[in-house]
Amino acid sequence: MQQPVIKTELLTKRFGSFTAADELTFEVYPGEIFGFLGANGAGKTTAMRMLCGLSLPSSGKATIAGFDIYKQTEKIKQNIGYMSQKFSLYEDLTVIENIRFYAGIYGLSDKEIKAKSNNLLDQLGLQNEAKKLVSELPLGWKQKLSFSVAVIHQPKIVFLDEPTGGVDPVTRRQFWDLIYDASDKGLTVFVTTHYMDEAEYCNRISIMVDGRIEALDTPSNLKKQFSANSMDDVFYQLARGAKRNE
Amino acid sequence: MRTIKFLLQKEFRQIFRNKTLLRSILISPCIQLLILPLAANYEVKNISLAVVDNDHSAYSQKMISKITSSGYFKLTSYNSSFKEAYHQIEEDKADIILEIPAHFERNLVRENEQKLFVAVNAINGTKALLGGGYLANIINNYNNEIRLQWVQPSRFNTAPLIEIASSNWYNPLMNYQIFMVPGILVMLVTMIGGMMCSLNIVKEKEIGTIEQINVTPIKKHHFILGKLIPFWVIGMVVFTLGLLIARFVYHIIPIGNISLLYGFLAVYLLAVLGLGLLISTYSDTQQQAMSITFFFVMIFNLMSGLYTPVESMPNWAQWIAKFNPLSYFIQVMRMVVLKGSEFNDVKPHLIAILGFAIVFNTWAILNYRKRA
Repeated sequence: MQQPVIKTELLTKRFGSFTAADELTFEVYPGEIFGFLGANGAGKTTAMRMLCGLSLPSSGKATIAGFDIYKQTEKIKQNIGYMSQKFSLYEDLTVIENIRFYAGIYGLSDKEIKAKSNNLLDQLGLQNEAKKLVSELPLGWKQKLSFSVAVIHQPKIVFLDEPTGGVDPVTRRQFWDLIYDASDKGLTVFVTTHYMDEAEYCNRISIMVDGRIEALDTPSNLKKQFSANSMDDVFYQLARGAKRNE
Repeated sequence: MRTIKFLLQKEFRQIFRNKTLLRSILISPCIQLLILPLAANYEVKNISLAVVDNDHSAYSQKMISKITSSGYFKLTSYNSSFKEAYHQIEEDKADIILEIPAHFERNLVRENEQKLFVAVNAINGTKALLGGGYLANIINNYNNEIRLQWVQPSRFNTAPLIEIASSNWYNPLMNYQIFMVPGILVMLVTMIGGMMCSLNIVKEKEIGTIEQINVTPIKKHHFILGKLIPFWVIGMVVFTLGLLIARFVYHIIPIGNISLLYGFLAVYLLAVLGLGLLISTYSDTQQQAMSITFFFVMIFNLMSGLYTPVESMPNWAQWIAKFNPLSYFIQVMRMVVLKGSEFNDVKPHLIAILGFAIVFNTWAILNYRKRA
């Protein structure tokens, strides 16, 4: 068995008396597409923010790409990409300016930046839009662009927080093609979603309910375990018991 | 270093692309500098004067015309009784009543002495104080004139006389603009620098881009320098525009060394921008940042010695002024521009500002968290 790239042990985040993420323990292996499911407010984003070094855990242990989540956050950041729920490229910069900016602050050389941005524009079919302001792009394209920017420095792991929210089915499909491509090249993908068809694309999934991980396995095993026909069913059976409602 | 290059490139692109913002950064201070000095003129003019002349003599007429020809007063009404004139004050039509008693001329000639009555509407303190003072001065002068006509100057003056000859140094014509324009320029540079800088970072918090920055391995001080430098440059540009306006509109040519001014400004901007950064680390929305900045700007402006001398404030208020970076730069501006002060004269001020710059920026860097 390979060494896990993400390894957590009883990772917990409390906000006052509220426990947003409760004793999370799981491992993610290199090249895996790991689905992180849960109802709204179940604590997915909180967990993801801890793993990305944006939020300090209250207790528990975790290593990302072999680095400690408490002491080596800057090392972790060199090795991860992150795409938040909120679209977070600069709307007042053009497509190419955004690409160059992020490539630049990740420390890529001028030569790499040039090659990378050309590749990326080709891959996304955005050559003609390169000089357009990002604010003028349709949402689906923006999401694809944000994903590509999040992995521009070739990280080991990419964290995607509801990357396809509000996007049409065709674009969603294209988005997942991007994810598969990247995963084929060895990238580990950690993704949250509300779409159960997307859950089926994942190698393994965990389902969070009220801050705890209630189930973790491959989609087919989970269906067996809950004697359900679809992931929808599995999710429904678990999420029904949730006390938190938003 | 390379990271900073990318940050600066991005920052300047965003600033130049936002035309509305650019206009308000560059044009609004110029307009303010053209308008505000007119409002900050302490010379009180157009004081409305209500006269009650119970004497109707040549002397009383002469005195009234002397008052009105001074240029400070305008005769708004000529009343037959004090009651009538008082009405004018009640209706806000008059600021000052001058009552000349009956037999003013006769008493003055015969008894060498006569009393006048002046009533001042003191709702507007400055106007009342200065207006009353001007009036007393004019009447005094008039009095002296009459004395000269009557009393033969003798070699043996009976009454000892102290005469004051004063001259106004550094601003011989007591031109308020020369005094106010440099101060107002400092105020504008402070407001623009501090506010733009804090709003800019909080905006990134609001739209969420700061999170994308925070997951990169970027160094805190790189990020902060990337935000400081653009607004430092803008502060310099605004100051230069202001100096040009001072030169060509108000004909103020700094007597002292201009590079000393710029050197001081360079450090001063670091302090102001540091405060802006500090505010931004404590606020989550532009609204919060704006209201905190506004709080400081109001206090800084009014307690800076720009309008009223710090020395005349109560002791505790003077202590507050000591923690006001604006007051140091306004003093330095006036010293260098009007008096031609040199490096050694402004050294204590420079040290104070350097202190502010270090404290604000260190505090901001410590308080800026990549991780919540």
